[in-house]
Amino acid sequence: MGNGTPIGRVRGLGSAHHGAEHWLQQRYTAAGNLIVVGYLVFSILLLPDMSYATVREWMAGLVPPVMIALLIVSVFWHARLGLQVLVEDYVHHRGARFGALLTLNLAAFSGAAFGLFCLARIVMNIETEAALQSAMAAAAAASAASQGGGM
Amino acid sequence: MAQRPLSPHLSIWKWGPAMLVSILHRATGDAMALVGLPILLWWLAALASGPEAYAFFANLANSWVGYIVLVGISWSFFNHFASGIRHFVMDIGAGYAVDSNNRWSVLTTVSGFVLTAAFWAVIVLR
Ligand code: HEM
Repeated sequence: MGNGTPIGRVRGLGSAHHGAEHWLQQRYTAAGNLIVVGYLVFSILLLPDMSYATVREWMAGLVPPVMIALLIVSVFWHARLGLQVLVEDYVHHRGARFGALLTLNLAAFSGAAFGLFCLARIVMNIETEAALQSAMAAAAAASAASQGGGM
Repeated sequence: MAQRPLSPHLSIWKWGPAMLVSILHRATGDAMALVGLPILLWWLAALASGPEAYAFFANLANSWVGYIVLVGISWSFFNHFASGIRHFVMDIGAGYAVDSNNRWSVLTTVSGFVLTAAFWAVIVLR
């Protein structure tokens, strides 16, 4: 640590607030995004189309809903960090900046929660429908058996 | 105190490849966060709400406005992806020599467009 220039006086002291942590988390989530958004991109390319039936069938798999859940967490976190930098760079009034960061946090958490619950509902709908269908098939088979086998 | 210039010099700059990559990284990241994420949530909500809601979303997505937005978002992703990788390389301290920095900056921007074109080519031709 020198004592001449401003940079010399602060060099080696570490970051004043959470700069280093913010920077690292932006990288961690970027690496996560690489995996999960890459997965979504390849899935879109490999699916025959993006129709309701096709996408629902895809979502019925074991892996896709988990990857989309991870995507929501990683991307919303990454976007929250990224938009924070935007606000800090361009919103100079202290009150407005506080308000913008507050809004950003609420929006990021709300958006992620909404996405995760949509996903939960999609999977539950698929499961319910499958259960209904197998129950109806069983009922039909039972009634066919009782009629056809009527001794 | 020595009177040396302090960074950043927001009023002193000129266009160059690195500057373009930097500004596009921010613009595409912000566009995905502010436009792409709401659309992602809309898509999931439509999927959760049933065939009619999904058809409404799909009709909009298949209109020419929808394609402009979706192509824009996909370009944003591929561009941000390429410049994000460039960030990782520069984070480890590589790629600062002016010549190679310029070269990789141009390549980053070009590959954003190429990947977008390849992505849509597969979708259109499948
Ligand atoms: C392949 C996936 C991705 C990678 C490798 C990546 C990489 C990065 C990196 C390294 C940064 C930090 C830049 C800096 O420190 O100056 C960053 C910033 C950012 N990213 Fe991403 N990112 C990815 C996906 C996304 C997605 C999907 C979104 C949006 C939903 C997004 C939104 C942002 C935003 C808003 C910033 C802040 C930009 C700024 O103003 O500096 N990123 N990204």
